Amino acid sequence: MVARRVRALDRKLLRDLWRLKGQVLSIAFVIASGVALLVMSLSTHEALRITTDAYYERYRFGDVFATVKRAPRHMEAQLRAISGVQSIQLRISKQAILDLEGFTEPLMGRLVSIPEGEQPMLNRLVLRSGRLVAADNPDEVVINEAFAVAHGLIPGDMIEAIINGNKRRLRIVGTAQSPEFIYVMSPFALIPDKKRYGILWMGQSALEAAFDYQGAFNDLALTVVRGADTRRIIEALDILLAPYGSIGASDRSDHPSAWFVENELEQNKASARILPTIFLLVAAFLTNTVLSRLIATERSEIGLMKAFGYSNREVGWHYAKFVVAVALTGIFAGWVLGAILGQISTNGYARNLNLPLLIYQPSPMAFVLGAFVSVAVALAATSRAVSKAASLAPIVAMNPPEPPSFRNNGVLLGKVMSWLDEPTRIIVRQISRWPVRSLVTIMGFAGAVAMMVLSLYFTDAVDEILRTHFDELQREDLAIGFNEPKSSVVLQEVLHLPGVVSAEPMRIVPADFVSGHRRHRGSLQGVIRDSKLTQIYDVQRGQIPVPPNGLVLTSRLAEKLELRVGDEVEVRVLEGRRPVVMAKVAEVYDSYVGMLAYQNIDALNGLLKDRPVTQYVNAKIDESQQVELLKQLKNLPAVSTVAVKSVAVSNFNQTVADTMMIFVGFFSVFSFALGFGVTYNAQRISLSERGRELATLRVLGFSRRDALYILLGETTILVCVALPVGCLLGWMVTAVFVNAGGFQTELMRLPLLIAPSTFGTAVAVLLGASVASGIAMRRLVHKLDLISVLKTRE
Amino acid sequence: MHSTSKTPSQPEVTLRARGLTKVYQTGEVQVFALDSVDLDLFSGEMVVMLGPSGSGKSTLLNILGGLDAPTSGQVFFNDEEITATIDSALTRYRRDYVGFVFQFYNLISSLTARENVALVTEISKNPLDPAEALELVGLGERVDHFPAQLSGGEQQRVAIARAIAKRPALLLCDEPTGALDSKTGIVVLEAIERVNSELGTTTAIITHNSATASLADRVIYLADGRITRIVENSTRQAARDLQW
Repeated sequence: MVARRVRALDRKLLRDLWRLKGQVLSIAFVIASGVALLVMSLSTHEALRITTDAYYERYRFGDVFATVKRAPRHMEAQLRAISGVQSIQLRISKQAILDLEGFTEPLMGRLVSIPEGEQPMLNRLVLRSGRLVAADNPDEVVINEAFAVAHGLIPGDMIEAIINGNKRRLRIVGTAQSPEFIYVMSPFALIPDKKRYGILWMGQSALEAAFDYQGAFNDLALTVVRGADTRRIIEALDILLAPYGSIGASDRSDHPSAWFVENELEQNKASARILPTIFLLVAAFLTNTVLSRLIATERSEIGLMKAFGYSNREVGWHYAKFVVAVALTGIFAGWVLGAILGQISTNGYARNLNLPLLIYQPSPMAFVLGAFVSVAVALAATSRAVSKAASLAPIVAMNPPEPPSFRNNGVLLGKVMSWLDEPTRIIVRQISRWPVRSLVTIMGFAGAVAMMVLSLYFTDAVDEILRTHFDELQREDLAIGFNEPKSSVVLQEVLHLPGVVSAEPMRIVPADFVSGHRRHRGSLQGVIRDSKLTQIYDVQRGQIPVPPNGLVLTSRLAEKLELRVGDEVEVRVLEGRRPVVMAKVAEVYDSYVGMLAYQNIDALNGLLKDRPVTQYVNAKIDESQQVELLKQLKNLPAVSTVAVKSVAVSNFNQTVADTMMIFVGFFSVFSFALGFGVTYNAQRISLSERGRELATLRVLGFSRRDALYILLGETTILVCVALPVGCLLGWMVTAVFVNAGGFQTELMRLPLLIAPSTFGTAVAVLLGASVASGIAMRRLVHKLDLISVLKTRE
Repeated sequence: MHSTSKTPSQPEVTLRARGLTKVYQTGEVQVFALDSVDLDLFSGEMVVMLGPSGSGKSTLLNILGGLDAPTSGQVFFNDEEITATIDSALTRYRRDYVGFVFQFYNLISSLTARENVALVTEISKNPLDPAEALELVGLGERVDHFPAQLSGGEQQRVAIARAIAKRPALLLCDEPTGALDSKTGIVVLEAIERVNSELGTTTAIITHNSATASLADRVIYLADGRITRIVENSTRQAARDLQW
């Protein structure tokens, strides 16, 4: 008997699912979006983590790195003897200016030595085309693939480089990738630039000859045995290398490429945690709104089942199964979608990162988690509705439908009511009759707006970072670096170059900042008094003058070192005579970018006990002469770096678009879909609840337009209330997101600043979604079957 | 005993139906809900349509009321054809000339009795005052009650008030007492009877209940989509004397 009943109920379940397929699919879609986002983010993060780890291991990426001015090769035995060192690689690594035909800007590059005809011991190359450099030809180079692709270079092409002051024509024999240069970053750039920074691997003896480095090296990488104490190895290295102008050894975490990759992974992990969570919460809200109202419209069927003798448990289970079926539909779709998107997004990252291998093997974890969370959320969201359904009295089905009870409004609302026409009164009473339901619906709409605000916010954040960094702080058009410190005469020379309007000297010295047990490796920048081209900009307070004495730190750096204005910090300069001095923190300023430290250039020179020298010059230029200027700069042997700001800005945009925006893009699409899903469902359910009343109105002589007015009026009012709430909620969600750890990297932090246009767009999209779904409703109202709706009880 | 005279000697035709056929296609089977029905409704008369389930009486009423279109055949209201017209014209026809009363009342639950009536009077040309219409059905005291606060019979009387407040030319009632007990049903029929006699509204009532037939000027019997016979009552019985 029980078995027969269950079968019949299951048939009903299937038919209900089919009958309500529009709504079932749209709820399932929202759940699917949440699951897909979760699966996509977790599996992308997982894949990137596994892939980079495998890449590092397979191609023997170093664990510890050190740079010296020049040290003898015979030290190798001594270095190898440090306890815990596994393999060691000594090499020459030098900055160079590159020149490509048809490219006006000077390009920067790094020359790295490799043994002729074979792979280096560590930091092996992944040869992508051509071959490694041969022993007999000193002009052969292998270049990094990203640079080759950016310029369309292939083996056989030529590239010019100024090496140690001499212009050389080099033949490209191969392209390669390396775990060491996943990201390549010029010294000036805020973020990596594939196009304007190239890696050139050259034969060991060729570079020795070019730089007069026979029997010497200036760069080393080593791997450590498992379980070795890296810190002690670094200490030992520093002692051994100090006489040779070492700027201090560091482990992988300070390696520029690895550090950037790590930042990227951290950011990815934060998005993987936060975005899907927010999305699933909104989805839960929507599921609640929709499913509880859906179950409420089943009242009389429930009564019938009870009258036939189904128990509370059976009825409750029947509706719970309905919820689970909807959730499962969403979960399966979400799994498939998430796996596909995960692959796409991982591929996107892998392409950006130039990873030669890609391990996309999502663990079941992401899938199980997505499914578990969704079912739990759906059941929790509808538990009240399900238990209410289960405990409904059978008598309900036996009587004609009980009209929901309305009461007369209070004096005030009554007065307002008396000004309204009947259709409007219907709308207002519907809302006030079910305040909780109206509130939940408002929150559903508001959630959709909030999601859109959050997803659009990223563009605002990037704009604000660009504005504060490039418009306010770095006001120069061009920064020129020299291969060694020059006397101040060089400033005059720069001013005489074509198109240079004004120029200011700048000094950048690499340094470790130490405060107690806290340490940061970075650089200290010297800025002239009343500088026009470098103006410290606090995002709250605006311009801040650089004081004659003391350091100006970004708040991020001050936090890392636990420093406040007035505190002293130890500065260990990593070049020249390597002085270690104490400096006072004169100012801490709030910035979105990096860990920067500034000081008055005279004070910095005093600190270094140096005569005034100039290693960098910032310049404002006449744009019309930029091409000519760059052409000349390319041919000046003393120039080692040239950074054009407009190029840096577009590169910043490009890189951000390539990485962060992959994720944000998917997220925006889902948010827009959510907006439509919420409005469509709210209106669709209103229609099924009110179909009978609307048909009655039509029979009484009201037009379709009137019926549509009553149907859409309620959601329109709720949408209007939800818009400001959604904007506020969007701001709050964004604040939570911005303050969540993963987005406050050392590289940059996101400003909590939402442009009015973002709110405007979010509002417009929800309004658009309601109009679109209103048009869909219009079709349904037109098809309203006047006769059958009147003959049958709901 | 309360009685009214029969149809006037020179009856004016309010509604004329000719050759009404309604076919439903179910799979390969054609079901004739109506099969070439001819019918005239005279001004001010009270008609009761009797017949078993599936005899086509509701289909006929729906077509006469402009809710449904026949497969073939024509309906003329005051010599104007309504079967050849577009939806907006049908909406106007329903709005201006037809009052409906349904088995399940179909009141708008979020509106009070008065407001339910006002719903219709607001869009009519020459309506009764809603309170007056409610007075006519004996609900003068309950104008500010919501449907949930009214009994089934009271709700049905609000529905009647709503139907007649526009002073319709035609009052169509589909099983108006179907959901009510006999005592309440009689109160509802009294209301309909009063509207018919005091406002002179042409009235058609569908029912299963043959006892209701004695209220009518004419009784139309339907079976299998056809009018089988029409009986004219020489005297109409008053609703309060009915028993079932």
